[in-house]
Amino acid sequence: MERILLGHGAGGKMMHNLIKEMFVKAFNNPALNRLDDGAVIRMSSGERIACSTDSYVVDPVFFRGGDIGRLSVCGTVNDLSMCGARPLFITLALIIEEGFPVSDLERISLSAAKTAAEAGVKVVTGDLKVVPKGKVDKIFTNTSGIGTVKKGVDVSGSNAGPGDSVILSGFMGDHEIAVLSGRAGFDLSVKIKSDCQPLNKIVQKILCLPEAVRCLRDPTRGGLATTLNEICVSSNAGMEIDEALVPVRSAVRSACGMLGFDPFYLANEGKFAAIVKEKYAGRILRIIRAEKEGRDAAVIGRVVNTHRGEVILRTRSGGRRILGMLAGEQLPRIC
Amino acid sequence: MKYISEFYDKRIAAGLSGAIKKIAPARELNFMDVCGTHTMSIAREGIKDLLPANINLISGPGCPVCVTPDEDIDRVIGISGQKNTTIVTFGDMLKVPGTRSSLEKERGKGADVRIVISPLDALEICAKNSNRKIVFFAVGFETTSPGIAAAVAEAARRKIKNLFVYSSCKLIPPAMEALLKNRKVKIDGFICPGHVSTIIGSSAYEFIPREFGIPCVIAGFEPLDILQSVYMLLKQIREKRKKVEIQYKRCVAEEGNPVARKILSKVFRPSDAVWRGLGKIPRSGLVLRKEYKKFDAGSRAGSRAFRLVSNGAPNNEAKASNPKCRCGDVLCGIITPDKCGMFGGKCTPESPVGPCMVSSEGTCAAAFKYRHTSNVIRRTF
Repeated sequence: MERILLGHGAGGKMMHNLIKEMFVKAFNNPALNRLDDGAVIRMSSGERIACSTDSYVVDPVFFRGGDIGRLSVCGTVNDLSMCGARPLFITLALIIEEGFPVSDLERISLSAAKTAAEAGVKVVTGDLKVVPKGKVDKIFTNTSGIGTVKKGVDVSGSNAGPGDSVILSGFMGDHEIAVLSGRAGFDLSVKIKSDCQPLNKIVQKILCLPEAVRCLRDPTRGGLATTLNEICVSSNAGMEIDEALVPVRSAVRSACGMLGFDPFYLANEGKFAAIVKEKYAGRILRIIRAEKEGRDAAVIGRVVNTHRGEVILRTRSGGRRILGMLAGEQLPRIC
Repeated sequence: MKYISEFYDKRIAAGLSGAIKKIAPARELNFMDVCGTHTMSIAREGIKDLLPANINLISGPGCPVCVTPDEDIDRVIGISGQKNTTIVTFGDMLKVPGTRSSLEKERGKGADVRIVISPLDALEICAKNSNRKIVFFAVGFETTSPGIAAAVAEAARRKIKNLFVYSSCKLIPPAMEALLKNRKVKIDGFICPGHVSTIIGSSAYEFIPREFGIPCVIAGFEPLDILQSVYMLLKQIREKRKKVEIQYKRCVAEEGNPVARKILSKVFRPSDAVWRGLGKIPRSGLVLRKEYKKFDAGSRAGSRAFRLVSNGAPNNEAKASNPKCRCGDVLCGIITPDKCGMFGGKCTPESPVGPCMVSSEGTCAAAFKYRHTSNVIRRTF
């Protein structure tokens, strides 16, 4: 490997290998080495703090259902939520290309503010850089955030156990198809809106049953398939998923049919998968479905103790196959 | 949008699966598809799980990216290094390795390589970059090629001067004929490509039952289409009939699409072409007709607009850049991907060795992405 390729940033195996070989080696510490979306650190007072950071390079900057401002807030709020944390404070940094319209910047800033208010988090500090024309594409952002983890909450990708139920909070693929259809050269004539939304409130509701929730993940880059595989590997468990139960809008399905995409690998920005103890599955599902962010939620499968590390999919037509991780490049700059 | 749910109906699939088991003979049968979309659909839906173990669905040279030989990749890479030149192509071509590099690696080093999803997009790029030569690296079978032909005709109408086409476009029936003449390949029936057939019609395959005694069924792409096509092939075999039948009646007519065929033959003419794995096949490629020669970026019949860097001697023996790569055998249906020593180890979609792993519709990529469960589990849910 001489040079960085786009595939190194796609969220798949190439990126995992680069992170392990370069950054884990360089920074090597227990919180980092877990390679979760955020780190949970125990303070000397005994309290647990979660922190997370994420950068955003989405193209186009404004898309149906969201923009880079909303995305920047949701991304970090959701990463913290998936650690079982309650997000409190976030930062916002911007790298802007010379010549970028001030009116667009204002739109982005107001959208980020509105999303932060919606999530109940405060943007407490930030940074701003401008670079000469052509040195970045319009605007790139970064948000970091911290939150607290309540006593009794223990969610981790490695907690899934046989018999647990797999719950999905809603339709798959809306974000990636919305961004794609907003791009020059990709006129899909579908009116799909991004699902970009903060998930902290709905997650706090289900964490009222802390003993029920084993694992939370938001299927962003790499999609649901990659997320479920990561959980299986971390937990050394198998999974059985019924494709007919996985919610996918028919417009997303037909866009996938046209482009040769698979909804299981599409990025989402406002959905989560929850692994919960079987006996609580009905209650948790009702809690999720009562919220607007989760009204299309469904139980899509279960954790088993056979074929460990593999997700088996029962297809809609009744066949079976392995549902693998995203391999190779997917569309760049979707978040 | 009927295909979204009805053609996936689990109960009908189970019924077809039962009917197939009833009429399938005890001997082993190989049914070959020659379309990447079929290959993907069969793998994605786990169709093999619904068939008796002695019915093998094998994939032939159905992916235009996969059959593009090294020499074409090398030549386009050579062109990409020239001054004021932009390469425009379909996304899957970027990672296909030539003998030394790929377009993706060249882009990493600074070559201007852009992806389009429609050939007409190349015309927009031409208009916006009038000081650059825009070279469209065209790959495709009969389905894609009429669109490419239409783009070339439109460029002529608009008097666009900076568009050049490097054509690696190919025709499917000559490849099917070459496979049937290859004694290493045992084929008992063809699952004919639905998309290609919408253009060329069913009559294009009549020579297969007539000269080779092999039944053909033109199939749609949803799981019930494929199951029904397998049933139709088995029924022909049981009744000792050898015909071209159309399962995909909702799209395919006997005469195909005359409008598309007309534009195709207006712009392109058939010529000999090298296929990866199959070698040189007579009259299986498409090159620009002399009326459109000024758009030719240097296919074998080409113009002098570009200095072709790799030597252009026709290569009769299609060779893989890595001697251990068995894409050639995979493309002919001689082996399944898992029988290649590099599959899943040295050769993965992230670092593909051969084109069948590169292309999203390649046989190896389909087998890697949508692995069959037989090696992992025995029990059912």
